[in-house]
Formats: sequence, structure tokens, C-alpha cells
Amino acid sequence: MFEFLLRMGDNTLVLGHRVSEWCGHAPVLEEDIALANIALDMIGQTRLWLGLAGEVEGQGRDADALAFRRDAWDFRNLLLVERPNRDFGHTLMRQFLFDLWHHERLSDLCLSEDDRVAGIAAKCVKEADYHLERSKDLIIRLGDGSAESHRKMQDALDALWPYVGEMFSDDTLDIEMNEAGIAPLPSSQRPRFDKALSATLALATLIRPESNFAQMGGRSGTHTEDLGHMLATMQFLQRAYPDARW
Amino acid sequence: MYAQEVKSTGKGIKTHEEMSAEERDFQVRIDAGEKIEPKDWMPDGYRKNLVRQISQHGHSEVVGQLPEGNWITRAPTLERKAILLAKVQDEAGHGLYLYSAAETLGVSRADLIDDLLSGKAKYSSIFNYPTLNWADMGAVGWLVDGAAIVNQVALQRTSYGPYSRAMVRICKEESFHARQGFDIMMKMSSGTAAQKAMAQDALNRLWWPALMMFGPTDADSVHSAQSMAWKIKVMTNDEGRQKFVDQTIPQIEYLGLEVPDSAAKLNPKTGHYEFSDPDWAEFFEVLKGNGPCNVDRLRARNKAHDDGAWFRDGLMAHTKKQQIAAE
Repeated sequence: MFEFLLRMGDNTLVLGHRVSEWCGHAPVLEEDIALANIALDMIGQTRLWLGLAGEVEGQGRDADALAFRRDAWDFRNLLLVERPNRDFGHTLMRQFLFDLWHHERLSDLCLSEDDRVAGIAAKCVKEADYHLERSKDLIIRLGDGSAESHRKMQDALDALWPYVGEMFSDDTLDIEMNEAGIAPLPSSQRPRFDKALSATLALATLIRPESNFAQMGGRSGTHTEDLGHMLATMQFLQRAYPDARW
Repeated sequence: MYAQEVKSTGKGIKTHEEMSAEERDFQVRIDAGEKIEPKDWMPDGYRKNLVRQISQHGHSEVVGQLPEGNWITRAPTLERKAILLAKVQDEAGHGLYLYSAAETLGVSRADLIDDLLSGKAKYSSIFNYPTLNWADMGAVGWLVDGAAIVNQVALQRTSYGPYSRAMVRICKEESFHARQGFDIMMKMSSGTAAQKAMAQDALNRLWWPALMMFGPTDADSVHSAQSMAWKIKVMTNDEGRQKFVDQTIPQIEYLGLEVPDSAAKLNPKTGHYEFSDPDWAEFFEVLKGNGPCNVDRLRARNKAHDDGAWFRDGLMAHTKKQQIAAE
């Protein structure tokens, strides 16, 4: 259960951090506002998931201790969310792919037999609903926009595609969670994801890459090189001044 | 104050006799405390001064995202990070209200932004100073937003309706910002020795630039008189600065920090604090572009704008396609 909650909370922690890196640097003022808003939602959701994770673990660690005092190998997020921002197209495509998965995941978790999980999911799914709507809208408009915006969005999709498969892979923890009625198997979401993805990509005139190759490892703690750098930044104050209260 | 160098276009204040009938009616309305609305007649000088002031204010909000954005990725707790994100988001929102208020005067946001990016338009000198430790996030909220509030509260009474109404909304959010800044300062100044040192360091660096936010001394502020007559400006630079010092020094003492000005003391007769002048030579250098971060701030804004061109063009291209399809 602890590991499962880390998987949920680390996704939003890491993606929230990535999105917050845009602050003040977005293409238009409206996007500065929207991205800050999404990052805020992600950080808020992180507090719920990691807060519960700390409670379940029962070793006195709260959400902050889990966010700021673990090293990369203890993080359980998808590789997708730690991918660097690169350009705005990558940022939007990463968000879209995540939102599409996240919205389905949270919708399923609303039916969890664990009331605490269902409760958090019910709060988060409302935000995820809005995030997905916004992401879809932008993917369609930029995919079916200018020649340059189309190319950038296709490039982003191609580059991020190898990180999609990990979202739907089942491991022993997933099987246990499924058997306990806490969370259905990730693989069970794939048909719905594919259907919704195809619908948006068609409107966006973007082509789904053919390869089914998936980069794996994030959910079990083997990350890309990027995560360590992110944590070095994110955890700096907590690591440099371990006795301080902030 | 977020608009420090608003050059008046007027050549001194006209007497009632020198004014045209329209100008006279306009001044009578202002003197009676009426609000001027976008479609009302207004002197060209009034319009130009307002555009400059409101756009400088808007640019300050936009550039002001950068020094705080500098610490969002290093915020020490999830709660602090969320608060800081919310604050910076508010500032971008203030930028939008202000640009919209300026647009009611017949300018376009695109032109205003071009002026910012080319360096033609100014923004508050305070944002050309760096944020070097976490306590700066406290000091920026407490001192910078605190100084801005002194002016913005007064500007709620400004004569131009849309600007005045934007100020009402902005002031509510700014007071939350100042409070959260003070809250960080309290945590830091009552924390470990290292945290207290950070708090003092932030105060020492930001105190003088915060005083400069009110603009040059009244004696050197040659453009104020017309703006005051038009109620574009409702408080002199020195009045604002004094008010800020009077409210802030007791807070510094409450925090147990040292006032960075050894000459600062309460005058029991006046009830006001006496304090030293900031280094005005430094102030004018920063306005000229020689502050520690002028180049970096403008570079960051230009990069955001240039890198985002394809995004804006892509959205426009899509809208055009939709319009053609609908016809």
C-alpha cells in the first residue's frame, strides 16, 4: 500500500515540479497563469497522497519528509513525468499523455475499496478532468495549427512515446493492489486510453507512432539521469539545513 | 510603487483660465472625485501618462514573476511551494488586469509588450535585484509587496475608473502576499542561526531597493505635480516612503532583526521615523539598465517571447482554419 501511494504521489510531485519550472517563462501570460495553476494542483495532490503514504508507513514521515528526504532510487514515479521540459510542445505533450492516463486512473480509484484512496481520488479527479480538457484542446489546436506547430507537436509525441507503455505495465505490486480491491490493474486502462488518444490525435492531425517499445523502471526506482538533478534542486534546502523548520 | 519614472507629458499645470472648456470640465470632475471612464473625453496628456503608468505597473508584475520564480523549484516544503506558486500566479494575473486596463485607453497589449522587450518601457527597479537566499521570498513579500501596497491602496482612489477598480482587486491579493512574506520572515528569524542570518541578509539587501520603489525625493520628482492634479498619482513619493518606513521599522524590531540603517530613529515629536536616504546614484544606474539583473530579466522575457512565437502562431493558425471552415 505504501509503495502504491508513493507511485501516485511521486507522479504529481515530479510533474508538478517540472511544470513549475516554467514560471515566468511561458509563451504568453495566460499560459504562465495556467501552468502555475496546474503545478499548484499537482503539489496539492502530492500532499494528499504522500501524506497518506506517511500515515500508512507509520514511521513518523510526513509528506515533506517523503518529498525532500528520499533519494532517486526511492522515487516511484513514471519516467514520463521526469522527462525535461525541453520546449513548450514537449511540456504540453507530456502533460496530455499524463492527463489522459491520470484521469482514467483516478476515475478507477474513486471506486477503490479503500475509503482513503477513494476519497483522495474523488478530490483529484475533478482537477484531472479540467487538466485533460485543457490538454486535449491545446494538442488539437497546435497539431492542427501552423506547419511549425504541427511539426513540433509530432516531434514531441515521437520523443515521448517510449514512455507511454510504462503507464500500463502490471507488476506484482499491481496484482496485489488489484486483488485487494484497492486499485485495478494498470493494463485494464489501456483500451480506454488508446481510444481517447486516437480521437484526439485524429482531430490534431497527429500520427500515433508505430513502435510499442516501452522504457521502464520508474515505478520500481530505476530512473533517468534527469531525476537526480531535479532532486538536487528540489531538496537543496532540506538537505543543506537538516535542522531547520521552514 | 511599481511605476517610478513616469515622465509627465504636460508642461506644468495649467490654470483654470488657461484651460479649454473641455479641460476645465474635466478638471472639475476630477476635483469632485468623479471617476473618468474609457469613453469619456480626456486630455491627451492624461491618456499618455496613464498608459505609461499602468503599463509600467503591468510590466512590473510580469517581470516580478522572475525573482520569485527563481526559488519555486527550491521551496523547502510542499506548502511553501504551493503558496509561492499561488503568489506568482496572482502576479501574472495582475499583469493581465493592468494590461487590460491600459487597453481601455486605446493601446494594444502586443505593443506594450514590444516596448517592454525592447527596453523602451520601464518596470520597477526592485526586480533588477537578485533573490539570493530563501529568506528573500519572505523579504520580497513583506518589503516589496508591502511597499507596493502603500501606493496601491492610495491608487484605489485614482481618477481613472478601470485602474482604480483593478487596484481594489489587486490590493486584496497583495495584502495576502505581504502577510505570507512576513510569515516566512517570522519562521526564519526565530529559526536556526543560519536561518536568522539568511533573514538579516535578505533584509540588508532589499531594504534600500524597497525604499527606492517610491521613486526619487519629491524635490527631484519634477513630473509629479500634473499627475497629482489629475489624481493619477495620489500620494507624493516622500509621503509613501515615510508611511512605509513608519510601518516597517516596528516590524523589523518585532522580528528581532537589525534595521539596516544606523541613523533610523523615532522622532517623538513628529511620531515619524527619521531615516537615511538610499543611494540615489545607484537608483539612477539601475533605471539606466545597470542594476545587477537588468540584462538577465530582459533576456529571460525576450527568450520566453521568442521561444513562444510558434505557440502563439500555431493557435492563431488554428483559429483561422476554423473560421474558414465555418464560412
